Amino acid sequence: MDKPSKQTVRIGFYICHCGSNIAAMVDCPAVARFVGTLPHVVLSRDYKYMCSDPGQELIQKDISEHQLNRVVVASCSPLLHEHTFRGAVEAGGLNPFFFHMVNIREHDSWVHTDPAEATAKAKELAHAAIMRVAMHKALEVKKVPVHPDVLVVGGGIAGIHAALTLANAGKKVFLVEREPSIGGHMAQFDKTFPTLDCAACILTPKMSAVGTHPNITLLSYSEVTKLDGYVGNYTATVKRKPRYISEDKCTGCQECIANCVYKEPKFPDEFNEGLGKRKPVYIPFPQATPQVVVIDPQTCLNFRNGELTGKCKKSCVAACGDKEAIDFSQTETFQELKVGTVIVTTGFQAFDAKRMPQYGYGKFPNVYTALEIERLVNTSGPTAGHVVLRDGKTEPRSIGIIHCVGSRDKKTNRWCSRVCCMFSLKLAHLLKEHTGAEVYNFYIDMRAPGKGYEEFYDKLLEEGVHFIRGRVGEVTDWARTPDEEGKLVIRVEDTLAGYVRRIPFDMVVLATGLEPHADAQDVRRMLNMSCGSEGFFLERHPKLAPVSTFTEGIFLAGCCQGPRDIPDTVAQAGAAAAEALALIDKGFIEQEPNTAFILEDECCGCKSCIPLCPYTAITFDAANKKAVINEALCKGCGTCVAACPSGTIVQNLFDDEEIFSEIEGVLAHE
Amino acid sequence: MSNEWQPRIVAFFCNWCTYTAADLAGVSRLKYASNTRVIRLMCSGRVDPQFILDALAKGADAVLIGGCHPFDCHYAEGNYKCLRRFQLLKRMLMDMGIEAGRLRLEWISAAEGEKVKRVINELTETVRQLGPLGIPQQFAEWDKEMEQFAAHVEAGEALKTPCAEHAPTQEPAHV
Amino acid sequence: MTTKYSYFPGCSLKGIGRAYEESLLPVLRALDVELEELEDWNCCGATAYMAIDEVKACVLASRNLAMAEKLGHKELVAPCSACYLVLNKTKHYLQDSPAVRGVIEKALAEVNMTYSGNTPVRHPLDVMIHSIGLDAIKQRVKRPLTGLKVAPYYGCQIVRPYSTFDDQYNPTTMDRLLEAIGCTIVHFPLKTRCCGASLTGTLPEPGLLCARDILAEAITRGADLIATVCPLCQFNLDGYHDKIAKKWGPHRIPTVYFTQLMGLAFGLGERELGLHRGFVPMQPLPAPVPVGVGV
Repeated sequence: MDKPSKQTVRIGFYICHCGSNIAAMVDCPAVARFVGTLPHVVLSRDYKYMCSDPGQELIQKDISEHQLNRVVVASCSPLLHEHTFRGAVEAGGLNPFFFHMVNIREHDSWVHTDPAEATAKAKELAHAAIMRVAMHKALEVKKVPVHPDVLVVGGGIAGIHAALTLANAGKKVFLVEREPSIGGHMAQFDKTFPTLDCAACILTPKMSAVGTHPNITLLSYSEVTKLDGYVGNYTATVKRKPRYISEDKCTGCQECIANCVYKEPKFPDEFNEGLGKRKPVYIPFPQATPQVVVIDPQTCLNFRNGELTGKCKKSCVAACGDKEAIDFSQTETFQELKVGTVIVTTGFQAFDAKRMPQYGYGKFPNVYTALEIERLVNTSGPTAGHVVLRDGKTEPRSIGIIHCVGSRDKKTNRWCSRVCCMFSLKLAHLLKEHTGAEVYNFYIDMRAPGKGYEEFYDKLLEEGVHFIRGRVGEVTDWARTPDEEGKLVIRVEDTLAGYVRRIPFDMVVLATGLEPHADAQDVRRMLNMSCGSEGFFLERHPKLAPVSTFTEGIFLAGCCQGPRDIPDTVAQAGAAAAEALALIDKGFIEQEPNTAFILEDECCGCKSCIPLCPYTAITFDAANKKAVINEALCKGCGTCVAACPSGTIVQNLFDDEEIFSEIEGVLAHE
Repeated sequence: MSNEWQPRIVAFFCNWCTYTAADLAGVSRLKYASNTRVIRLMCSGRVDPQFILDALAKGADAVLIGGCHPFDCHYAEGNYKCLRRFQLLKRMLMDMGIEAGRLRLEWISAAEGEKVKRVINELTETVRQLGPLGIPQQFAEWDKEMEQFAAHVEAGEALKTPCAEHAPTQEPAHV
Repeated sequence: MTTKYSYFPGCSLKGIGRAYEESLLPVLRALDVELEELEDWNCCGATAYMAIDEVKACVLASRNLAMAEKLGHKELVAPCSACYLVLNKTKHYLQDSPAVRGVIEKALAEVNMTYSGNTPVRHPLDVMIHSIGLDAIKQRVKRPLTGLKVAPYYGCQIVRPYSTFDDQYNPTTMDRLLEAIGCTIVHFPLKTRCCGASLTGTLPEPGLLCARDILAEAITRGADLIATVCPLCQFNLDGYHDKIAKKWGPHRIPTVYFTQLMGLAFGLGERELGLHRGFVPMQPLPAPVPVGVGV
């Protein structure tokens, strides 16, 4: 306990009640009294809210009045308020690193039920912090410049909005989209709820703005495969998939499509959810951005199993003429981008309705997913907006929409997908408008919590759309009565009427939920983010840092973070852009000074540490026969420190003697 | 709090996954045994085996290390470095007569607040079954023995110690 | 080499479901599987017991489980759906509820028995598909039932609430098995719908309606017969044709055990397989078509 005698250590200790969050379980005055008896502690207080202005001012005042040179605060998690209190300590005139924080809320009062045990634990944790802080040293925060360019991953509405916001602020943006066109799911929608704006009408101007903006480099049909570096200085590797068309030369005239050897479109059209057909050379949809065609090597006759054979007569090349935009020699290429920040807007995938066989998707032709209906009611869709069954001619006279398919279900996805109630209402309205059919909605709870949403629900009720509360048991072609013959029968317990009903329909629509992309885990690893248990990317704090991640300089927006509707997605994309702008305009970031260094005199040159560093920050100085750490490359993991056989490597903020003191402190009581 | 013996566990949690998971357990108001004291490190790769030995020597009954899942380390591979050291140290501890159950390494991601609860409860229960490790007490006894031995030596009675009985009392004549 | 399983027949397979046992044992024998019946087995605990006192029902079931464990074969086969469910449910309760486990352990201790919970309880359908395999079954076929159109009817208990070996909503194990012996499977949406269960005894009208729906749908789908895995389903679908006809007109279609169809395909005799016990007789099979399988 007497080790820190180099100077007189004078510690101030503060324990926060956090209202009753801590004080209800931990006897704060008792902990303060106990800590007051420990060596070097000159002052020990308990206070209602340490993070409040008066709380922080208390620290500042005490530092000068009591000549404190160390401060310990026992309150919430350091991940929440360490920054706040370091600021207070600095404002009081001390080096901010003469501070340590004790987590007695998340790790104590909130997780224990016995006040005596919780108080004992708080005392031990506080004791450890007192011993640790005595060892603390003054450290300098290092400033690193922030590269002003931004990478946006994913070109749906979130990525488009974030990219435009940044570009309009004068920043250079790289927008990477893996499909041939940007637009994402929103481009597939017919109308948007609750205003019934045409999705294409509001999205297309933004898409073409992206295509023409001088500050935006659009890399479509491309994927980010690697991200190196750290906040302010990232290097992204982007894979550019061959589209067999030179983007610079293609004018979007589509003569090649007209002259393809396939006279009629033959292959399932991805944009139309397979309801329409396309040729091997195609443009995904009329408003596609960029207006550049793409050749699919899986279906083009010039390829076999994706390998170039050159066996087609290539009428497309002839049609292209001297524009010479078609280039069958293209191969996958890789491009490196230097950026300072990254915004991740990779979106969602729709739940695969086949996972619920009781609803018959894939078995009964006239069971549709919601996205299929979006295309079916769309004027530029496969039927030009004419709603017909899969036979191509029959108009449905009765339509049942089943909510919560792959949502709120313990067997598939437990979460509420947030948008299905509203898009089901929208589709009910559109289907009724297009066909005049009787439309039924089968819902568990109607969730319409948004501006104008409840009013939209009211409107639908007035339009004569039927609503039945109950989770649908099955969709069957078992006809029990003559009027059920040839129909799809929905069996459901009507929980308001209190009995089981059978209702026959011509068409059944499944309101499929939103889920993380199948490869979300790969993206997460590549970008060094975290995922929640359901697989959506994890925000740094659900309330206070909803677009930040645990990795500095990487931000989130849209459905990759969780299901949300378009207004929320756009708002979030704006927020992510603002966070990136804040970093860029500040121009530098302050790095936590937790890097490691080598005590040169004591290094024996054994080289144990060198292969351990994942950032190759350690090199060997052959002349001096000593290892050297490049501070700029070191990220402060401490792996080399733990491995050094002679204890020559020191990690700032996590020094051996600091940690040994902490260990001694937590074990100082019987 | 009862007066009977309570296990004391020191935990080293990495900042990015397991410490955050423990925060999540708090925010979710999960309830678990109060016997564990968490020390935050940036990475499980920072866990020096000496930390573990020191904790046991100073009275911990068990040590828990929490890191990110394989492939998920914030620093690419610190968790593997930790795993390597853990495997070696575990064998060493067993050679020293310390039960394997007293050292546990778990990969707990930031989303796994439930797992923090489960692991801490399980480890607490394991240690309760094993009983106190009591290394400081053992050290104290050894110190006492050494003091007694020193006292004997001072009193010139060292030769009466058991091993001295078998030692030759005289130098061999032919040397 | 012969594989041995412990065998819990339950009351049905010795009574109304005798034909199930009569067909199951020789079919399995033909596939080199021997069932060793538990000595002194008792009621599985289903139906009335389960409805009145769940824990006591589990105690009954656990005595059978304990005996199976003592017998030493790795797994226990329970062909009746009700037995299969109760035995499995008891295993789950033993695992999940310390309170139920306490009661069961105490009860077993009274008769000097113990049960560790380790013996899996399996349905013959599961054993045939996942342990014996369709290839082995195909090899035993002497007389493929080509042209026989079958409505596969699984009933409720082997897929709900536990779905250990097949899909809960759209089970297909029996479909695949019967296809392997040459049958044509008709699309049958009522695969797992209620057969009427014990309602036919207490509230006959809704019970009989359930049975009628299944019979009617099988006829509508053009099936020659219904294949089932459960003695109670077989009884409900086969035993009430007079009453059903009185209310809703005739719905004559035979209901047989899947094992009886397998026996026919394996070349066993109709009487040997208990086919004479059904109320609605199965139409004679078309003359055997000589084929080169199983010889």
